[in-house]
Parts: sequence; structure tokens; C-alpha cells
Amino acid sequence: MTALDERAGRADETSGPGEEAGATAEWVPVCALDRLDRERGVAALVHGRAVAVFRTHDDQVFALDNHCPYARASVLARGIVGTRKDTWFVASPMLKQPFDLRTGVCLDDPAVRVPTYAVRVVDGVVEVGDRLP
Amino acid sequence: MSLTTPTERRPRVVVVGHGMVGHRFVQAAIERGLVETHDVVVLGEEPRPAYDRVALTSFFEVGAEALSLLPGGAYDDPRVRLRTGAEVTGIDREAREVLLADGTSEPFDELVLATGAAPFVPPVPGRDLDGCFVYRTLEDLEAIREAAGRGRPDGDGPARGVVIGGGLLGLEAAHALLQLGVDTHVVEMAPRLMPVQLDDAGGTTLVRHIDALGVQVHTGIATTEVLGDAPAEDGGRVTGLGLRDAEALEADIVVFSAGIRPRDALAREAGLETAERGGVLVDEQCRSSDAHVWAVGECAAPAGRMYGLVAPGYTMAEIVVDALLGGPGAFTGADMSTKLKLMGVDVASFGDAFATTPGSLELVFSDAVGGLYKKLVVAEAGPDADGAPQEGYVLLGGILVGDASAYGVLRPMVSSGMLLPDNPEELILPESRGALQLGLPDEAVVCSCNNVTKAGILTAVSDGVDGEEPCEDVAAVKQCTKAGSTCGSCVGTVKTVVEEYFASVGREVDRSLCEHFALTRQELFDVVAVHGHRSFDDVVAAHGTGRGCDICKPTVASVLASQLNGHVLAPETGALQDTNDAYLANIQRNGTYSVVPRIPGGEITPEKLIVIGEVARDFGLYTKITGGQRIDLFGARMEELPVIWRRLVDAGFESGHAYGKSLRTVKSCVGSTWCRYGVQDSVQLAIDLELRYRGLRSPHKLKGGVSGCARECAEARGKDFGVIATEKGWNLYVGGNGGATPRHAELLVADVDTETLVRYLDRFLMYYVRTADRLQRTAPWIESLEGGLERVREVVVDDVLGLGTELEESMARHVEGYFDEWGATLEDPDKLARFVSFVNAPGMPDPNISFSTERGQIKPSTQDGPVDLGATIPVGAAR
Ligand code: SRM
Ligand SMILES: Cc1cc2nc3c(=O)[nH]c(=O)nc-3n(C[C@H](O)[C@H](O)[C@H](O)COP(=O)(O)OP(=O)(O)OC[C@H]3O[C@@H](n4cnc5c(N)ncnc54)[C@H](O)[C@@H]3O)c2cc1C
Ligand code: SF4
Ligand code: FES
Repeated sequence: MTALDERAGRADETSGPGEEAGATAEWVPVCALDRLDRERGVAALVHGRAVAVFRTHDDQVFALDNHCPYARASVLARGIVGTRKDTWFVASPMLKQPFDLRTGVCLDDPAVRVPTYAVRVVDGVVEVGDRLP
Repeated sequence: MSLTTPTERRPRVVVVGHGMVGHRFVQAAIERGLVETHDVVVLGEEPRPAYDRVALTSFFEVGAEALSLLPGGAYDDPRVRLRTGAEVTGIDREAREVLLADGTSEPFDELVLATGAAPFVPPVPGRDLDGCFVYRTLEDLEAIREAAGRGRPDGDGPARGVVIGGGLLGLEAAHALLQLGVDTHVVEMAPRLMPVQLDDAGGTTLVRHIDALGVQVHTGIATTEVLGDAPAEDGGRVTGLGLRDAEALEADIVVFSAGIRPRDALAREAGLETAERGGVLVDEQCRSSDAHVWAVGECAAPAGRMYGLVAPGYTMAEIVVDALLGGPGAFTGADMSTKLKLMGVDVASFGDAFATTPGSLELVFSDAVGGLYKKLVVAEAGPDADGAPQEGYVLLGGILVGDASAYGVLRPMVSSGMLLPDNPEELILPESRGALQLGLPDEAVVCSCNNVTKAGILTAVSDGVDGEEPCEDVAAVKQCTKAGSTCGSCVGTVKTVVEEYFASVGREVDRSLCEHFALTRQELFDVVAVHGHRSFDDVVAAHGTGRGCDICKPTVASVLASQLNGHVLAPETGALQDTNDAYLANIQRNGTYSVVPRIPGGEITPEKLIVIGEVARDFGLYTKITGGQRIDLFGARMEELPVIWRRLVDAGFESGHAYGKSLRTVKSCVGSTWCRYGVQDSVQLAIDLELRYRGLRSPHKLKGGVSGCARECAEARGKDFGVIATEKGWNLYVGGNGGATPRHAELLVADVDTETLVRYLDRFLMYYVRTADRLQRTAPWIESLEGGLERVREVVVDDVLGLGTELEESMARHVEGYFDEWGATLEDPDKLARFVSFVNAPGMPDPNISFSTERGQIKPSTQDGPVDLGATIPVGAAR
């Protein structure tokens, strides 16, 4: 099994828990991958923070902070997921600002970024780890 | 000696006559800043402010209010004072004041005469009999309507009417009589109809069209007298019309439309010079023989000639404002081109229509069977602007009967003198797209009513006018240049110019939805219908690229919903919905939701009110009466929505679709059940319509209203569809909205019964659902259709596309397939599972949401950043 990209866990490349990233992260199981509809998000409580977890059409999984810096509300998980060119993004449900699912950067204003989290899928369970730098 | 003006008084411009041109003068005075230095007083003899006389004949359809050029009744600008019902009876040039019929006077420094013209009534015996009319004002039309309503004196059938005069205005009058159900004749002395504009062949073609409509045309026949049952002095009434060398016609109504005469009596009596054939004689700046008296519009005769069209009058008005500001503007003649739709028949005549220019040639296309006659008058081109000789022909004028679609491009070609293409006949052959691709020169006047050139339109789209932002679309161009806003005949050309410009700067007139679909919403609707797609994946795979976005996904969801009637949260469509649809509630600024149960027509029982009150109290929700006659409960957390709705659904409520692009409310007034004025049961109809169209997914939200009488307490005309009760049934109005660009709905059909009303509404709404753009409400949608409201009427009422049954059937499917989304969601554990704040802590309310209180109810507190709860909160199990 290959090492996981911490930013995007691929469901079909699942590996045992904590292999690579496990050293530093405390992985929190969030829900079964099945509960995550494709191109939709859910919010999860991870280490006391509201985290938005998304599953794309090609089964990548991403995690961003749920807080939309524009709306100042905890809502990103409820946005629509789509692509701009080849970039997966979520549009804030409030005023539609698009955030890159990989980096959390706002596609319309690179100066704005929401935090991202490590995420992986282990035995069909989505797990969220550390906040990424 | 003229009085000196006291220095502290601002100079005063008095305008006599508040008709179309008087009104334009005031507008120009405001726009160009004349009011910065002058006060303007307008004295109009008619009982109401200026109205659109050009569209007079539509009065029976649209009513007086729609024709008004000043719907508020007064100018917003405090430096302009309008007095209506104020007839001026004299001008005292010595004292510099005008005298009014009520004995008052108004001093002036500058006097502008805009008194228009009066119909000419030939001096035939009997012209004063009861039953004789002219056709010029709204009061004339009202009087004609009343006479028509009386029918024949013997009660044996509809009234019989004769119009004397088969010119432009006479045919307008005949049209009005026809609309009133009068058995109509037209008597014209000349050998053909519209002798000023049409040649014999054109006139003959027109007669065939008009005959077919049931109007009997008698050309080449002179009227000798109006016959009556007693002399006019003894209250005699019209019984018929005596004709030279022809049998008399029986008639109850006679309308004189034998030309107009300038109303120059005031000027004449004040000793001002008048033209030989009438009209205040004015110079190029429209100044009369008194340097401080000006004349504009139909009462004026620049260089001795009067102009019976509105466009030259507008130009004169602008020129006088310019002159008063010290500008150089001059009136040097006007384009007398005319295009009109006479009883549904296109007629246009422009330039040298009669080929009077020496050396001119005629190119004629005529199709007697199809009722088409088209003629171009051309001449060999002279040297170009730099004096170089040119090969080819230029257009001098033409006549179009039966199909005047080419008028918009042909007329500007005349004034610009551009060379014709090698095969000019292409321009008038049927189906020719002609000059659309020809590229008009910049100086070509595209809109002759408002004197807007192609260059003017280009400036509006490229740089913007008067420091405004550049116009984004045709609607904006119309607003800022006025092009297309008067007779409308140029709208097609304006659109082409705008689109060509956008194409030329590489800003494709890109109507694609977003980067994923190079289709418009309408095209998307069609491909989904044709291919029978049932999911976004199918649609994007077959017709798009990528994985979609926040624009195309909700659009596809709406299209699928209108065609399939599925649940919006069904697995195939759930991920496509905007957050409001996704949670069947409207998101609020702090991430909570509002709850709006449907209250059809605004009618609610005390029991149901109590339930709403109890729910609001038990869940601590903020409660407000909405602008849509229902009650909104705010501040529900996502996980509370199912519980709240359980209570509401159990009490008989259902979703109000406040979150969807779908029917919101059908507002009602109390109507005939209680109201002493009501003539129909508006509440019942509002409830019925709301229940019929609830849940219908549409390009934008939809609102309706039903009022029980013309007082319109339900504000129905502010809605996408509005119904107003009449003695005989219902009037249906369409295309209204409030919001940022309020629009009154316009009359689609009058006096229909309930069944017909519903049929037309079904068709109207489905046609809208199928063809409108994303987020386009009905008003801009109607405007975007070629032909506008008229087109809608053709499709919905006349069923010219033969779509009527199909549209009705798809509405019937919608009505049958309707179910309450909230009720269904509550029965489905999969859908309910999404209503949690945290997937791994379902019982945990989102700590990011907090409230404070205000006026005894909750209000959201804003958060500056995410709330960090620390790692101590226990989280639920996975899987
Ligand atoms: C609650 C209410 C205001 C109130 O307290 O009265 C309201 C609230 C909202 N209006 Fe409205 N509008 C409300 C009546 C109106 C009215 C009055 C009416 O319907 O008679 C209008 C003008 C009439 C019209 O629509 O033509 C109105 C014109 C708008 C517009 C501008 C529409 C336009 O075409 O320009 C928007 C924006 C939009 O839809 O894109 C809007 C959008 C909204 C939204 C949905 C904005 C949003 O997406 O969050 C608001 C949220 C409602 C909620 O959370 O429940 N609301 N809104 C009213 C709910 C009526 C109802 O019972 O459903
Ligand atoms: C049925 C019909 C159809 C038409 N169709 C077209 C068309 O398709 N295209 C086109 O270009 N033109 C058309 N016209 C002509 C167009 O309406 C006129 O050219 C235009 O209205 C002239 O404007 P005006 O202001 O000069 O005159 P008006 O609009 O007649 O206004 C003059 C005003 O002055 C008032 N007035 C007169 N004397 C006095 C006084 N002593 N004191 C106070 N007030 C006074 C009058 O009551 C009137 O309100 C049509 C006209 C009619 C009647
Ligand atoms: S619109 Fe007419 S019927 Fe309805 S409440 Fe007003 S006055 Fe009464
Ligand atoms: S030509 Fe009449 S509105 Fe433009």
C-alpha cells in the first residue's frame, strides 16, 4: 500500500491506521465513508473544532475548517462542491465564495485561506487528523 | 415695454401644453440642467399629465395608467411645477404672462408653445350630431367606447361605425372600433389607404389585409354629409353617412380622422407669425417671431412645414432646451419614416418612398397570396465623403406591407447613404437576414424616435453615457440612450448592434451557463427533455465538462425537478441543491434557518395560528409576519428543523418553499365575501392558484396575487402573475415584480372565466419554466423574447406554436405529482440523517451559534472566528 497524501485520502487506497502520518496526528474517526455522499460535505467535531469533510466524485476526501471567513459563520460543509478547471472547490453556501478543497485558499482572493486538516480513509472510515500548516 | 425681471427671481420658462413633446421638453430641461438656472411651469389643458398618444389605441387593453408618461402625476424635481386641467386662453406679450381659463395668469421669461394639433373635421353638414367623434385624446376614446357599448338604437346587434379617413390615424381609429366589437367601415377619399405613405400596390395589399379582418374599406369615395334622426341643435343622433356617387352607409358612430391642424390659435391671436398651412412659424432654433416665444411639436412649423410625428417634436424640444442653454442646435428637417402595426399588419414607409428623386429605380417584391408587398427605391451612388467616385447603389427609401421586419436595418441605410450589397433584392426577399450582417456606418440613425445613432449605442456599451458604467445589455442600452423606448420598431437593430459590438471585442455574447456547460438554461432544459436524463452525472457527461459548480448544479436540479417531479433531496439531486434547498429552509446569517409554512392566500384559522405560536415559543424562534402574507420563524438550528416540521406537518401545514426557486405566495385581498367593493371571490382563487402551482420548480422564484376588484389591495400587479377581478371575470396580468427593479405586470387577457384563466396561466408558467434563463424572473424574460408581451400572448393565448396542450399537460403532471417535501422528508430516515450539526456528534448543537435578545425575541450574535471548544468534548462513534 502506498503512503497517503495527508491532504487527500483516496478511498480505494486505504491502508492501516496511522501508518505514515500517525506519528504526530491524533486521528479522529468521523464517519463511515458511505455516509459521505459524493460531492457533498458533512461537518464533524474534531479536537473541538468544526471541520467540514468532503468527498469528491472520484472519491478523494478533503477536510477544511467549517468556518467561512466571509460569512463569519460555521457553514462551509453545506456548500456545493464542484470544479473550476481541474480544481475541486466548495462554494460557501452563504455568499458563494469558492475555496480550493486541497489548500483552503479562496479561488477569487488568494489572500484568504481557511485552515485545512489531514484526512484519510481507513477500513471504510473517514479520519481527520492535525490541522495542516 | 417688457417688465424687467427682479434680480432675485429665477427666470421662468412656461410651457403651454403637456403632451408628448411638452413632457419631453421638461425631461430634457431636467437632464441637461436648464432647471439649475430656470424654474419651469407646465400648463396642460387635459385633465391628466402627458400620456403616450402614439399608443393611444392600446388604451382599451392596457388602461390609462399604463399609457401615462408621468405615472406619479408630478415631476420629482421641485423646480418643475405641472398644472393639469389648466387651459391657456391668451398670451400677453407686453406683460409677459399667459392667461388661463380659470382667470389666473402665469408670468414667463421664456414661453414654449407645445399645444400639439387638433383633428381636422371637414365642414360637412351634420358633423355636430350626437355620435360624431374625433380620435385624439383618452376622453375621445372613452366617449367612443361608451357609444359602442350602447349598440344599435334598435338593440339589434352591435353598433355600426364609419371612420372618415383611411390614413394612419384613421386606421388606428378603425382598429379601436374593431376592438370594441363595432361593425366597422372606413371611407377614404383618395384611391388607396394611407395615401401619404403607400403607393397604389402597397395600399391594395393593405386593403386585402384589412378586409380580411372584417373592416370594410371604401376608397375613392367622398363624404357629403352625416345623416341624423334630427338636427344637431335638437339633440339629433347619427344614423348614417351620405356619400358622393355611392349608396349611403348606415351608422351609429362616425369618427373623423381626415387629418390634423396645428393648434396655433394662441400664437395667431398674440400676433405671432404663422405658416401658410398653419403652425407657429419658427426658425431653425424653433424660435417664433417673438425672440422669447418658442414652439415645438405638432403646433410648430419650422421653415413653414409642420410635422405630424412625435420624433421631430422630440428633436425640437431638445433644440429649444439647447438654445436656452446657449447651445447651437438647429432643426433641419426630419425623417418622416413610419412603421406601424395596423391591426396586426406590418406597414412601413421610409425615405423617398414614391421614387421622386430623378434617376431613382424601384425594386419590388410582391406576393399577393402571402399578403406581402415590399419596395426599395435605389439610385446610383454618387461620390463618397472624400469626393471619390463609387460603384454601386444607395437606398433612397421604400415601402413594406405585410412584413416590415427589414425596416429596422433599411431605414438607417437611407440616412447613412451606405452602399447597398451587390444583390439588394436579398434585403426584401422573405427570410432574408439581409443587412443584419452588413455593418451599418456609425452615423446611421438606428432609433429615429429618439435620434440615437449607431455610434451612440456603441458609446453606451463601450464607455457608458454621462459617466455611467458601460451598458451590459440591450435593456441597459434602452434605458440610458432611450433607443427603442418609443415606438419599439428599432429594438431588433439595437440588439444586433449591441451583440455585434460584444462579439467584436471578443466578449462573446456568451450565454453559456458556466465553464461546465456551453448551453443556456433553455438549451439545457431541451436536451434534458429530449434525452430523458435523470441525473446531473448523465447531463454533465453528455453535454458538459468537469464536475459542475454552484451555478450549474442548482440549475440542472431545477430543470430535472420541473421535468421529473422528484424529491429535491433524492440521492441523484441532493448534492446539487443550494443550501436552502438542501435543507428545505433558508439559511440565515449565523448559519441557522428560517421556517416558513405555506399559508395559501394568507388565509389561516385560529387553530393553526396557535400551533405556529406554540412551535415558535417551544423552540424559542424569532417570529415575524412576512411581506408575503405568512409567518416566518427564524433561528432554527439545523438539527431542530425535522422536529419543528414534525409538529407543523402534524397540524396540517406543509412546506412554503420559501427556500426554493419556485412558487412563493399568491397574495390575496379579502374580496367579495367581505369587502363591499369586491366583485369576485379573490381569496378562493388565490388559494386555488397557490395550491395548483405550489412546488413548481422554476428559473427564479414566482409570486402571484389576486385582487377582488380594481382597487387592487392584493398588489397583484406587483407579481409575476396577477389577477384582478372584473364584473365579467378576471383580468390576467403577467411580468410584475418588486425588488430592486420594480415592474408592474401587464395585461395578458381581460374578462376571462376561471377555467380559461387557469388554462392560460398553466401555459404561461410552463412556457416560462421552459425557456427562461437561470435566475431570470418573468419580467426580464418577457422582455428578452422577440416581440415581448405580444409574443407571450401569441404563444399563450393564440397558441401560434401549437404548444398549448403540451404546456397544459406538463402542468397537469406537475399538479398530479405534487407532494409535500417536508412531509416526505420526515418519513425518510436517509434524508433526515443529514439534519445534524456534526456527523460524529449528532446530539451536539453547533457551539458557533449563539443569540442575544432584542425587543423580547432572539437575534443572532455574530462570531468573529470559529469557536474552539477544546479537545474535551466527547465525540460520537464512527461508522
Ligand atoms: C421574509 C421576507 C421578508 C419579510 O420579513 O417580510 C423575505 C426574505 C427574503 N427575501 Fe424577499 N422576503 C419577503 C418578501 C419579499 C417581497 C414582498 C412580496 O413577496 O410581496 C419582495 C418583493 C416582491 C418580489 O419578489 O417581486 C421580495 C424581494 C426579494 C428579492 C428581489 C427579487 C427580485 O426579483 O428583484 C430577493 C432576492 C432574490 O430572490 O434573488 C429576495 C430574497 C429574500 C431571501 C430569500 C434572501 C435569502 O436568500 O436569504 C430572504 C430570506 C427569507 C427567509 O429567510 O425566510 N426577496 N421579498 C418575505 C417573505 C415572504 C414570504 O412569505 O415568502
Ligand atoms: C391615434 C394616434 C396614433 C399616432 N401614431 C403615431 C405614430 O405611430 N408615430 C408617430 O410618430 N406619431 C404618431 N401620432 C402622432 C403623435 O401622437 C404626435 O405627433 C405627438 O403627440 C405630438 O406631440 P405634441 O406634444 O406636439 O402634441 P400633443 O401630444 O397633442 O400635446 C399637446 C397638448 O397640449 C394641450 N394644449 C393644447 N392647447 C392648449 C392650451 N391652450 N392650453 C393648455 N394646453 C393646451 C393639449 O391638450 C395636449 O395635451 C399618433 C397620434 C394619434 C392620435
Ligand atoms: S381589492 Fe377590492 S375587493 Fe379586494 S379588498 Fe381591496 S377594495 Fe376590497
Ligand atoms: S425608432 Fe421608435 S423607438 Fe426607436
